[in-house]
Amino acid sequence: MSEWWTYSLRDLLLFSQRTYIRLFELHNQEWWPLPLFALALGAALFVLAWRGGGERAGRALLVILAVCWLWVAWAWHAQRYAPINWAAGYFAWAWGVQAVLLGVAAWWCRFDAAPVAALRRGFGLALVGTACVIYPLLAPLLGRGWISAELFGMAPDPTALATLGVLLTIKLRHSGWLFPIPAAWCLISGATLWAMEAPEF
Amino acid sequence: MKPNFTRRRLLGALATASLLGPAAAIAQPTRPATRAIPTSGETIPLVGLGSWITFNVGNDRAARDASTDVMRAFFQAGGRLIDSSPMYGSAQEVIGYGLAKLGRPAGLFAADKVWIGDGAEGRAQMETSRRLWGIPRFDLMQVHNLLAWEDHLPTLFAMKAAGQLRYVGITTSHGRRHGDLERIMASQPIDFVQLTYNLVDREVEQRLLPLAQERGIAVIVNRPFQQGALLDRLARRPLPAWAAEIDCTSWAQFALMFIISHPAVTCAIPATTRVDHVRENLAAASGRLPDTAMRARMAAFVAGRG
Repeated sequence: MSEWWTYSLRDLLLFSQRTYIRLFELHNQEWWPLPLFALALGAALFVLAWRGGGERAGRALLVILAVCWLWVAWAWHAQRYAPINWAAGYFAWAWGVQAVLLGVAAWWCRFDAAPVAALRRGFGLALVGTACVIYPLLAPLLGRGWISAELFGMAPDPTALATLGVLLTIKLRHSGWLFPIPAAWCLISGATLWAMEAPEF
Repeated sequence: MKPNFTRRRLLGALATASLLGPAAAIAQPTRPATRAIPTSGETIPLVGLGSWITFNVGNDRAARDASTDVMRAFFQAGGRLIDSSPMYGSAQEVIGYGLAKLGRPAGLFAADKVWIGDGAEGRAQMETSRRLWGIPRFDLMQVHNLLAWEDHLPTLFAMKAAGQLRYVGITTSHGRRHGDLERIMASQPIDFVQLTYNLVDREVEQRLLPLAQERGIAVIVNRPFQQGALLDRLARRPLPAWAAEIDCTSWAQFALMFIISHPAVTCAIPATTRVDHVRENLAAASGRLPDTAMRARMAAFVAGRG
């Protein structure tokens, strides 16, 4: 296929919407009761981001995110998603790289003492809230049942979204290099949902 | 005297009635019509089974079993050719799972593709595919979307000569690279070509289908329903009453009958996740096929001129 540009996104979609949704069902079932822990972790992330707390809280947030990105890289992309999408192997590597970047940031990066601008902080909290509260509700609201809920720390979309939100709520110096991979994932996933004609889109 | 309506008698009477009265109406399912592969004379049913998207269900056991049910119904209805590709995610593995559960049906005509840019890695990929299917050899191996065809075709011809596969083919879809495909068909001793053809994508009628007939190349048709989009559009209108003249009962059959009635077409490969649909698809090859006049009427109707 030397002419990728002539294909539409829908031509390139390898699986059905039903198969994709089943991945979340099977993922939550297989790792149960980890989804309950992930739900609590998402709530803790939101509270931690809401309260602020300066450098210490910021580093804790980055560590949580690094662990989640590593877990999603392996458990979701490499183990769950790869059988139906050969590109998921590349996604797993990208998510592993992001986990390392977040870990390095938690360990090495410096934080600014000045507070984050209110608008930026509000937008960041909205993203974290969407990822940790609204995302888990989407599945039941769309009639798929709780078991197919997409949870922060378990599923890629809410994890990437929460990461972008957290990065906006903390005042990390030179944090620009932490944004591209989560932002790219949001674009990739959005394109996938659009191609599947998913109701979320 | 008390009437002797025991349950056994009643059931016996019902069984007798079912054997006598409605028996004529409940005919045995007819087998799908076949067409010959020009290079060998071997015949295969006009309708096969594709696996793009539908069989890519990963490790989901329930979905794998549902795919197996589709394959079971396909073989029971007289189907033979199943087509897949390494590009289709887990589809090859799911086919292998189904074939193992079905006891490796003897009628299977296994068609797969080589899809890798490096010609040197073609054999390894085909061997991986063969293991996933769990079969001794493929009947047909095709170069997927013309990818590195200059490298792969000599390998496939050598494998055919060595008895490691029976037929060699090349594929395209979505109407792409027809010029290149035409040159390959004219110059290479391939047995099969796979391309997109349906009620609205009819460019291949101009040069490729006549060339296939002239060169004695079997034709597999993909995207017969435009991945469902064509049927969605057709479903907005009722099936014309004259469709009954060719024993056609649904839009899917209408679309399939148009394709397989072209004399150059050897097999169309609709994909489905539903047992009733696979039966309906095979039934399209069991009835009266449209003649040239009817084909023109069908195309005109779909184009809004009928």
